[in-house]
Amino acid sequence: MTAIVDPRVLHEVALTETEYEQIVALLGRQPNHVELGIFGAMWSEHCSYKTSKPLLRQLPSTGDRVVQGPGENAGAVDIGDGWAVVFKIESHNHPSAIEPHAGAATGVGGILRDVFTMGAFPVATLDSLRFGPLDNPRNRFLFGGVVGGIGDYGNCFGVPTVGGEIYFEDCYTDNPLVNAMAVGLIRKDRLMRASASGAGNKVMLVGADTGRDGIHGATFASVELTEASEERRPAVQVGNPFLEKLLMEACLELVDKELVVAMQDLGAAGLTSSAVECASRGGVGIDIDVSRVSRREEHMSAYDVMLSESQERMLIVVDPERELDVNRVFRKYDLHADDIGEITDTGELRVFDGDDQVAHIPLRLLTDELPIRHPEGRAPKERLDLATEKLIIHTELTPPESFLKLLASPNLASRRGVWRTYDHQVQNNTVVHPGGDAALLRVKGTRKAIAVTTDGNGRYCFLDPRAGARIAVAEAARNIVATGARPLAVTDCLNFGNPEKPEVFWELSESVAGIAEACTALQVPVVSGNVSLYNDTSGTSIYPTPVIGMVGLLDDVEKRLTPAFRHHGDMVVQLGQTRLDLGGSEFLRTCVGRIAGAPPRLDLDLEKRTQAVVLEAADDELLRSCHDVSDGGLAIALAECCLLGGLGADCDAVAEDGADPDVVLFSESQSRFIVSCAPRDVPRLRDLAKKHSVPSQVLGLVGGDTISLGRWLSISLDEAAAAWEGGLAAGQGGFTEGPAR
Amino acid sequence: MSYLAEVHVTLKPLVNDPAGLVIRDGLRNLGFHEVDGVRAGKYLVIEVDAENKVDARYRVEEMCKKLLANPVIEDYRFDVREVEAAPQA
Amino acid sequence: MASFGIVVFPGTWSERDCYYAVHDRLRQDARLIWHKERDLSGLDCVVLPGGFSYGDHLRAGAIARFSPVMQSVVEFARRGGLVLGICNGFQVLCEAHLLPGALMRNASCEFRCVPTLLRVENADTAFTVDCAAEERLSIPISHGEGNYYADADTVARLEGDGRVVFRYVDEHGEASPEANPNGSVNNIAGILGEGGNVLGMMPHPERSCEDLLGSEDGLKIFRGVIRSAERVLAR
Repeated sequence: MTAIVDPRVLHEVALTETEYEQIVALLGRQPNHVELGIFGAMWSEHCSYKTSKPLLRQLPSTGDRVVQGPGENAGAVDIGDGWAVVFKIESHNHPSAIEPHAGAATGVGGILRDVFTMGAFPVATLDSLRFGPLDNPRNRFLFGGVVGGIGDYGNCFGVPTVGGEIYFEDCYTDNPLVNAMAVGLIRKDRLMRASASGAGNKVMLVGADTGRDGIHGATFASVELTEASEERRPAVQVGNPFLEKLLMEACLELVDKELVVAMQDLGAAGLTSSAVECASRGGVGIDIDVSRVSRREEHMSAYDVMLSESQERMLIVVDPERELDVNRVFRKYDLHADDIGEITDTGELRVFDGDDQVAHIPLRLLTDELPIRHPEGRAPKERLDLATEKLIIHTELTPPESFLKLLASPNLASRRGVWRTYDHQVQNNTVVHPGGDAALLRVKGTRKAIAVTTDGNGRYCFLDPRAGARIAVAEAARNIVATGARPLAVTDCLNFGNPEKPEVFWELSESVAGIAEACTALQVPVVSGNVSLYNDTSGTSIYPTPVIGMVGLLDDVEKRLTPAFRHHGDMVVQLGQTRLDLGGSEFLRTCVGRIAGAPPRLDLDLEKRTQAVVLEAADDELLRSCHDVSDGGLAIALAECCLLGGLGADCDAVAEDGADPDVVLFSESQSRFIVSCAPRDVPRLRDLAKKHSVPSQVLGLVGGDTISLGRWLSISLDEAAAAWEGGLAAGQGGFTEGPAR
Repeated sequence: MSYLAEVHVTLKPLVNDPAGLVIRDGLRNLGFHEVDGVRAGKYLVIEVDAENKVDARYRVEEMCKKLLANPVIEDYRFDVREVEAAPQA
Repeated sequence: MASFGIVVFPGTWSERDCYYAVHDRLRQDARLIWHKERDLSGLDCVVLPGGFSYGDHLRAGAIARFSPVMQSVVEFARRGGLVLGICNGFQVLCEAHLLPGALMRNASCEFRCVPTLLRVENADTAFTVDCAAEERLSIPISHGEGNYYADADTVARLEGDGRVVFRYVDEHGEASPEANPNGSVNNIAGILGEGGNVLGMMPHPERSCEDLLGSEDGLKIFRGVIRSAERVLAR
C-alpha cells in the first residue's frame, strides 16, 4: 500500500515517511487528521524515547530501597520510618530558549505535578541551568528570564527552591538548558500510581480550561531550533502557580480520602499522552469525548483539544460511586472538573466529539509498536585527538591572579544573588540551605534528613562522554556525602544534540554507559529521568550534558555537616590525592584559554572508599566541616570553606606529580574532600582513612583573615570575598546589591 | 447592553516607583538616553453588561474604589464605550 | 494555653509552618480556618499567615480581604481579639484597613529570602511582652512586596505613638540602609493597629521557631500572644 500524504502535514507532526508507512501498515488504513496528530505526539522522541530507550535499559534501576522505578510519573525510594521520597528531574529546554520566563516557570510546574500526581507532597525543587556566556545580551536575557520564572513559580506555589547549579559555556548560547527537579514525601503505603483500571470507571479532567497553548510542544522538543522556531511562539504556555497549588491541595486530599483509582498529570502532548499512558499501564482501554472538555477559546477542533498542552490540568480515574465525593473536594477549592470519558476493556483509544467518533487506535500501536531507532554512533576523530592531547600549561597569570580570576568567574562565583530570590525556607524543613554542597531537608517526626543535589559537567563530557558521565554521578554522590548523608538513588536528565548525527549518538551511548558504570559501582539505582534531544541550533549541538539529580539519607540530622570552617584552630585535612588532572578544567579554560585534554581520572573503587571514610567520620562526629573538591580544584574549595565560614586558613599542599603550583591549586582530581576537625580528632580521622586505604594529608589550620596555600597564595578574606560575591553580578547587570550581608 | 471599560491604575505621584526606575534604566541602557522618567501602572479591560452608559460608568467607578485601586497608594481613571455584544457560542 | 486560629486563603502556604510553631513547638491549641468559614469562636488569636493568596494577583492581599472569613476577623479585632498578620497576612490587614499604609514592591524589584535582624521598638505590646526593649530578633523575610509605605503624617503618628513595633537593623543595632531588605520607610518591619491588638509584620516568626532551622527568636512573639491571652483570662 503506497501511503499518500503531504510532506508538510508530516512535518507538522514531526513524523518521517517511514514512520508514516509503518502507521498505515499497523492500522490497516490511512490515519485521519486527528489520529495522525495522536501518532505524531506519542511517537515523538519526547514521549516515546524511541532513540534512547535501548540505551536506557542499561541503567541499574533496582535495589532494596526502590519502591517505584522508571515507568511512572516519578521514582520513589524508601527512607524508613514508613516514609518514601518521590523525585524526578525534567527538562524544559526548548520553550526556555524562546520565552525563558514562561518556559522555566512551566518547567517547574510540570515537574511538581509529576510528584504530586503520585500523592506525594512536594518538599523541594532544584534547578540545573546552563547558558551561553554573559557578555552576550541574549544570554543575559535568557538567564534573567529563567531565574525569574523559577522564582515566580516556586515562590508562589510554596515549595522551597533549595539547590541546583548554573554554568556558562559557548555551546549553550541559543540552546539554554533548564532541568528542574522536584522532591516529595509520602507515606510509603499511600503511593499513587497512574495506572487506570476498572472498565466503567469515569475519566475526569480537572484544573485549567483547555486552550490552544503548546500544541505540538512535544514535537517542538523533538526537532532542532531554527529561525522559524520563533514563529512557534504559541508553543510556550504561561503557567499559573496559584491554580497549581489549589490543584495539588485537591489532589492530595483525594488521595488521602482514597477517592481515586488513578491520577495522571497532563504534560507534553496533553490529554493524548495522559490518556494513552494511564490506560496502557493498566492494560485497559479509554474513551474520551472532547466535546465535554471545557475550553478557554472558541472553535477548537478535536485535534486541538487532544494535543493542547495547557498547563495545570490533571486526569483522574474515579469509581462512579465516588464521583459526588470527588466533586465535593473540587468545589471546596473552586476547581472545575469535567467528566470526559470512561475506562473500557477494549485496549483501544477512542476519541469522540459528541456522537462522532474521530479517532480509533489500539493503544499498543501508540506505545509498543513504534519503530525504535538504532542510529549509528561514531566517535569524531577530532574529539578523540583533543582528549588525548598533551597539554601545554602556559599562562601569563601568577597563581594569585589565576585564583582571583577563577573565584570571580561566572562558573565559580557565588550564586547567592540568585538563590536569595528563591524562597528556600517555606515548609520549615530546610536545615542546610543553598550555597553549600547539597541541601538538607529534615523529615518532621523523625531524626532523619534528606540530602538533594544536581550535578553535571558538559565540558568533561565533550572531551570524553563516558568519563564525564561517570564523574557526574561521582560528583553528585560526593556532594551528598559531604553533608554526612548516604546516597540513595538517582534521577537523570540527558541533554544532547541531534541524535541523528553519528557523533551525537556516540556521545549519548557513551554517556549512558558511563552513568550505568558509576551508578552500579556506587550502588545508586536510577529510578526516574528524562531525555532531551535535539538541543541544537542551526546545526551546532550543545556539549553532551547528562545531569544527575541525587537524593541521600542522613539518619541523624544532628550529625549534618556543611562546607563552612567553624573554629579558629581547627585542622584542615584533605582526603584523597591531588594529581595532574587539568584536562577540561576551569583553570585550563579561564587562565590558559583552552578546552582540551582528558577529563580527570576517576577510580570508582577509590571514590567509594573515600566516601565511606567521610560517612564514618561524620557518624562518629569527628568532623567540624566537610566540602568536596571539584571545579577549580583545591584552592577554590578551600576558599569556599573560608568564605562561607568567615575564617581564613593557613595551609600547604603537595601534588603527587610534583610541585607545580597550578597543579596543586587548580587540578580537578576526583575523589577528594576538604574537612576540618578538632586537632585531637585528626589521628582518628587519619587512621580511619588508612583503614580504607584512602590517602590523607594535613593541610594546615583554620584561623586568621587570610587564605594561604603554600608559598604561592596569600589573599585576604576581604579581597577573596569581593571577587567571589561580585563575580556573577558583574557579568550581567542584575542582582547588583554589593557584598552579601 | 454591552460595554467595554478600559481602566488605568497608577501610583500616586508622590509614591516611589521602583519598577519605574528599573524600566527607565533599562531603556537608557538600550540607548534611549532621552528618557527622563518612567512610571509603571496597570491596565485592565473589563466587559460589563449594563442598562446604559451612565449605569456602566457608575458600576466601574465602584469597582475601582472597592477593588481595582488601593486608595492609599493608587489613583485610577477609566473610559467606557458601548460594544457589540459577543455572538452567542 | 491559648487558642490560635490560622486562616487559610486559596494560595496561602505558611499556615502549616504557623501551625507547626504554635502547636508542635509551643504545644498550644490551634486550628486551621478555611477562608469560607466564619466561625472564630473560642479563639484568643487569629493568625493571617504568609503566602500568595489568590496568586497575589492585582495586589497582594487585595482579593483575600473580601473573603467571608475576613468579616469575622474584622469583628474579632473590633472586640479586642488579638490578630497577627504575617507577610501576606500583613498585606491583607492593610488592604482591609485594619492597619494603615500599604506594602509595595521591594525597592530592589526582586523577591528576597534573607535573614534579617529586628529591633524590638516597643516591648509593651500584647505581642512583645516576652521581649526586652530594644532586643534583637533574628527572623527571616521572604517576599517580593514588603516595602512598607505610608504618607508622612501616618508615619509620624506611628512613630510617635510607639506603634512601630519592629525595625530592620544591622549587627550594630543601626537602622541603616544596608539593613533594610526592601526599602520600607524608616526600616519599618512591623506595626501595631490603633487598638493595640492587631499586629502586622513582614518577617516570618514561624520560620524562626527552632534552632535546627537557624533561630528560635520568632517563638517570643507567639509566647507574647500566649501570655497576653492568659492575662485576659486571668482578669
